[in-house]
Amino acid sequence: MTRELPGVDVVLVGFGWTGAIFAEKLTAAGLDVLALERGPWRDTAKDFATTFAQDELRYYWRHGMFQETSQSTLTFRNNSAQTALPMRHWGSFLPGNGVGGAGVHWNGQTYRFLPSDFVARSHNEERYGRLPEGMTVQDYGVTYEELEPHFDYFEKICGICGKAGNLGGSTVEGGNPFEGPRSDEYPNPPMEMTFSQDRFAAAARELGLSPFPVPSANMSRAYVNPLGLQLAPCTYCGFCEKYGCGNYSKSSPQTTIIPVLMQRENFTLRTETEVLSIETAADGSRASGVTYVDTSGETVFQPAEIVVMCAYPLENTRLMLLSGIGTPYDPRSGEGVVGKNYCYQVMSSATVFFEEEFTNGFVGAGALGMTVDDYNGDNFDHSKLGFIGGGYIACHTTNARPIESHPVPEGVPGWGSEWKRAMRENFLKTTTVGVHGASMAHRSNYLDLDPTYTDAHGRPLLRMTYDFTLNDRRLTDHITPIAEEIARGMGGREVKVNALNGSYDSTPYQTTHNTGGTIMGSSPADSVVNRYCQSWDLPNLFVAGAGLFPQNAGYNPTGTVGALAYWAAEAITEQYMRQPGPLVQA
Amino acid sequence: MSGRPASRLALAIAAGLGALAAATGPATAQELAHSQVERGRYLAIAGDCEACHTDFENGGAPFAGGRALSTPFGTIYSPNLTPDDETGLGRWTREEFHRALDEGRDDEGRHLYPAMPYPYYTLMTRQDTDAIFAYLRSLEPVAAETPENDLPFPLNIRRAVAGWKLLYFENETFDSVPDQSEEWNRGRFLVDGPLHCGGCHTGKNWLGADIDDEYLRGGLLENWFAPNIRGGENGGIAHWEVEDIVEFLGTGRGRHTVPMQRMGEVVAISTQNLREEDLRAVAVYLKSLDDAVREEHDAPEAARLETGAGLYFDNCAACHAADRSGVPYFFAPLDRSNKVLAENPASAIRIILGGARTQPTEAAPSMLAMPPFAWKLSDAQIADLLTYLRGSGDRRAAPVSAAQVAEMREYLAQEH
Repeated sequence: MTRELPGVDVVLVGFGWTGAIFAEKLTAAGLDVLALERGPWRDTAKDFATTFAQDELRYYWRHGMFQETSQSTLTFRNNSAQTALPMRHWGSFLPGNGVGGAGVHWNGQTYRFLPSDFVARSHNEERYGRLPEGMTVQDYGVTYEELEPHFDYFEKICGICGKAGNLGGSTVEGGNPFEGPRSDEYPNPPMEMTFSQDRFAAAARELGLSPFPVPSANMSRAYVNPLGLQLAPCTYCGFCEKYGCGNYSKSSPQTTIIPVLMQRENFTLRTETEVLSIETAADGSRASGVTYVDTSGETVFQPAEIVVMCAYPLENTRLMLLSGIGTPYDPRSGEGVVGKNYCYQVMSSATVFFEEEFTNGFVGAGALGMTVDDYNGDNFDHSKLGFIGGGYIACHTTNARPIESHPVPEGVPGWGSEWKRAMRENFLKTTTVGVHGASMAHRSNYLDLDPTYTDAHGRPLLRMTYDFTLNDRRLTDHITPIAEEIARGMGGREVKVNALNGSYDSTPYQTTHNTGGTIMGSSPADSVVNRYCQSWDLPNLFVAGAGLFPQNAGYNPTGTVGALAYWAAEAITEQYMRQPGPLVQA
Repeated sequence: MSGRPASRLALAIAAGLGALAAATGPATAQELAHSQVERGRYLAIAGDCEACHTDFENGGAPFAGGRALSTPFGTIYSPNLTPDDETGLGRWTREEFHRALDEGRDDEGRHLYPAMPYPYYTLMTRQDTDAIFAYLRSLEPVAAETPENDLPFPLNIRRAVAGWKLLYFENETFDSVPDQSEEWNRGRFLVDGPLHCGGCHTGKNWLGADIDDEYLRGGLLENWFAPNIRGGENGGIAHWEVEDIVEFLGTGRGRHTVPMQRMGEVVAISTQNLREEDLRAVAVYLKSLDDAVREEHDAPEAARLETGAGLYFDNCAACHAADRSGVPYFFAPLDRSNKVLAENPASAIRIILGGARTQPTEAAPSMLAMPPFAWKLSDAQIADLLTYLRGSGDRRAAPVSAAQVAEMREYLAQEH
């Protein structure tokens, strides 16, 4: 028996970064908003206080912050000739769970994608000619210029610490000279850099590159955001990624938005309620609400005038497929859109081992780093290179967490007294130069429902079919040697290169930047939602998150995810509320 | 001319009655009734009436009473102030209400327990209490029975209060001090009258009455030590400027400390909603109160200081900074804190054991929290830590013993 509740104006499926953003903007516009969150309530004082936030066993090894695979996971295979198997232990990426979502356990690197990233197909084809067959790269349908005010606002909500490189079209010394024009400087100055960043910046400049501080959501100073919420100065403890911040020093939904929402009478949050499907009205013209199950096992139908999908990209795609909304993507014909253009990122690195100098990696923060953008996006000439896109090259000092990090030079055995000796000698004397490479969409990489495996509620799991593409391999083969060259210029004793070889392996951690599946675009033939993140099929259904990206850029996604959420929320309050219906005619 | 104020007062009273009798009436009377109700609302905010007369814990309606107030003598439940005939003030008259605030007697002439701060409210005028009454009459009546008080014999006999009042209660009126400014006098009226700051911040004798010599020098209530808030020389907040006090009370944040727990409630319900000129008057008055030179204790043993410094660095420095300067407006500076350096270290011990949360306010909605350390630090460790904070450098407050911490730990275990 499904119980039916009184209707609300808006129901949000998932309550992480995008859920909090939509809730704030839509309640401010006077709508009654209900957020449904699969996981538990979490706040700083109770769930990740300073007295235990740095518990590596609990949070890193036992995955204290993440979705439980025993409840729901996904299956994986490299290509459609294989049989996908369930991921029973997270590895390559770490989906979040609970209030705040992955916004609680992120690092805090908060970039804006480049203007050319939003027009990846038209821009690259204009400059280099037709893209190869099978590359399903496309334009977003929204431009950097349109998103700029929303990037700016998200940065102010988060108190991002950085240095502008392009203010209103004028280049500013010390920032990223390649970035799109900004309407304003970052709200806070960059973090204090350490020895490793100084060496990296000097080596990069030596090669004629333009290093700049990583835009950081770890605070360089005390800050009060436009909602009156307080962020304290970062202590550089190095427990950011995979951890909640006990010092109120990392921007998260908890620190920057939720306390304000909790005082608004037109906002309701229901935790530990898992949405099973988005329901469609009998005439198929609109979403009528959602059906969820609570911890007692009762299923509930929650009617709503507007539904916004704010879950993780993988779950948003799965929910659309399970709800029968939109046409599922078919890799053989290339028809259909839901599940299309799943993308990841291409990571490689070069570790520097110093002989004398101490790098003291324990003085760190998730987004403490210097970076260069000279080889990102289309910031360099790709003629005759045989690939598009790029990545940033950065030197972060994020942690020296002892269970997780124990870098040893090339040739050292993986265990035993020799390994221990090498660990002791090198623990405080290493740093890493990383490449954060883009991943371009290809027709063979996609998401669909698994034919065999089901979750705790008996629903099919999502199936991921993914491998690195020719574009990915050429990209990493071109940029990794540049990272190595910078690393060799930093004055260490030796450098160990961790290049990307072979097929994508879902077990070692790489990055939680899964994108696509609910992509945006200009036509219902090749996108799930229009430029306002509104479903082409059901005009009162909106989608948020990195699932909107038609392909992945060479950056961390959160800045762009935040800007797109504010952009879509504004479309609802400024356009949809006045005249409900499709905001773009198909 | 001389007749006019009196007639205006008469009109106001008549208007107040008119509003009770019927919702409609002449336009002028309505306006006056509104101003009367508004004045009463403001005084009820200043008096923080809602705080004690609302059962927040059980989701009770505002002013409908039922909140359990634990006193050293037993538990008293606050009565229902809404105009419900059976369970509230529905059948009370203005005279009876005035007598409650002015003399501490209920509608049947019985003595009220001084948990109700009528020893302070008595400074308010008849106009003031009439205005508060008019405001309370404007509320929606809520039927809510007040639970029986849980007091031992002979305190459960209300007549016992008569003796207490004979000893400690004076039916006072507020007299301005002529050689002080109007602002200072307004501040003194607010502090000693409606705001009843001394209710917590003045030391009490064994019968719970204010000790005159301990006026605003700090007091213990429900095992929280409300610190010394004298702002003149040697006072607990001598290092605060007038602006600091105004900011603390008005926004719930300040560079020296932020309101938490009981004071957080006062700021949330009362002071953040007061006019800035009133907060300034309060600040000007508090800043005029000098204090006696504090007793200086000998420096504690070097070993304890060393242990305490180590514990501080490992457990506290991340937020409160290695030099104890804190992060103003976020994490309290500890080097001159009136809680850390108080003669009675109860609040400092309690916050370390049980943690504390800052009060979210209109101006500052964040709820920053200090986590509890009860599970992490032993009695001896907390004692050494506090001894270091109170007795190192040029600070000379008394050392804290492990027994003091153990006692508080036991109290907190019983409380929850």
